[in-house]
Amino acid sequence: MAASSRAQVLDLYRAMLRESKRFSAYNYRTYAVRRIRDGFRENKNVKDPVEIQTLVNKAKRDLGIIRRQVHIGQLYSTDKLIIENRDMPRT
Amino acid sequence: MLLRAAWRRAAVAVTAATGPKAAAPTRGLRLRVRDLAPQSAVPADTAAVPEAGPVLRPLYMDVQATTPLDPRVLDAMLPYLVNYYGNPHSRTHAYGWESEAAMERARQQVASLIGADPREIIFTSGATESNNIAIKELEAAIQPDTSLVSVMTVNNEIGVKQPIAEIGRICSSRKVYFHTDAAQAVGKIPLDVNDMKIDLMSISGHKIYGPKGVGAVYIRRRPRVRVEALQSGGGQERGMRSGTVPTPLVVGLGAACEVAQQEMEYDHKRISKLAERLIQNIMKSLPDVVMNGDPEHHYPGCINLSFAYVEGESLLMALKDVALSSGSACTSASLEPSYVLRAIGTDEDLAHSSIRFGIGRFTTEEEVDYTVEKCIQHVKRLREMSPLWEMVQDGIDLKSIKWTQH
Repeated sequence: MAASSRAQVLDLYRAMLRESKRFSAYNYRTYAVRRIRDGFRENKNVKDPVEIQTLVNKAKRDLGIIRRQVHIGQLYSTDKLIIENRDMPRT
Repeated sequence: MLLRAAWRRAAVAVTAATGPKAAAPTRGLRLRVRDLAPQSAVPADTAAVPEAGPVLRPLYMDVQATTPLDPRVLDAMLPYLVNYYGNPHSRTHAYGWESEAAMERARQQVASLIGADPREIIFTSGATESNNIAIKELEAAIQPDTSLVSVMTVNNEIGVKQPIAEIGRICSSRKVYFHTDAAQAVGKIPLDVNDMKIDLMSISGHKIYGPKGVGAVYIRRRPRVRVEALQSGGGQERGMRSGTVPTPLVVGLGAACEVAQQEMEYDHKRISKLAERLIQNIMKSLPDVVMNGDPEHHYPGCINLSFAYVEGESLLMALKDVALSSGSACTSASLEPSYVLRAIGTDEDLAHSSIRFGIGRFTTEEEVDYTVEKCIQHVKRLREMSPLWEMVQDGIDLKSIKWTQH
């Protein structure tokens, strides 16, 4: 199996962020976006292809978790928090 | 008590007044929360207020009371609530085997977080049951002078960290059993039962972003710590706690422990920064604010502040857009000030004005800033109304006043 290229990692990163923004719960949404950004940034200088592949595989599993939990959150969504309509949600 | 009765009345009035709506399905308490009227008191008659805008939920800043499920935890639990529903003690079929495998995997995850062997982890219904099992060990003691030291690792009211390793060393040298209730500490600060010479430890699921209704007790095997079972029956959990182990719940506890192990450093760094921000911003805008608890040995996510000349319950009611607590949830029904604050020598009037701010994995900078802003606003407003504050501003020393009896 070919090692993950920079383009593939970036695609995965964008897919995870896109999916995370669909969490209906404010706290889950902000956490996921923040954690993904910080996580990818923290590992951006990893050179060992085996380690990169391990990280990519974990990220793919996490993407699956995010997809399922976003969906469940939408099925059981409730009212927004008091701060959600005040300003643009930053992380 | 008054606070809860008021909420209940408000909830009944609101749900009666608003008819069936074409809004998203909601099972939450529909609160009339308006952030446009800073001067208004609690609305007198919620049923008469017309529905002018969206109903909004308060921010959650009470993580010491309980924590939300981490999505990774729920994801791990769901298969065991849908398809893999076997009893983990059924030995004769695949449903039992797969459930048992999940239970043992969860046991390993819990053990790994605290440096224990999986055989030393007994699943329970929560830290309260774990505490009872551990303390009942006193009755099972062989020698007449065997005793037990029991200490909270991180206090749930003021966040103070006890010197566990030192206490462990002393207990070990005096041959005294050492138990710690680590409900607020597990997964937040590094714990190792061998480094800290802990013999018994209580763990709670819902304090570490896991499910409610599950916990564990760590019971050392070498040297063996003997405990007596609280709950007898079919002999599950090595005879120490009978009853079918609830696979979905323990899978959740295991997943929560594994996530906590991975996220401990990241969470601790972030929570420390947010705590610093909250404390600094409140203290630079408000005089006469005291932080309860030793700042040196302190878990950052639990901040207990006393606002002099302001009554704690009235500040809590004013901060209706933020879910907070004044002290521990276990004692919230009584009128007595917190025994913890009394024990650290807090003046009684300061003890009545304490608020506990909880910062957790999912708390955002926006939530902290909003809480700080509202806190400053309402403390100032309440102080304006306080005759004691007025006297202090005029330079009167309150301790010198001789209050007359009427």
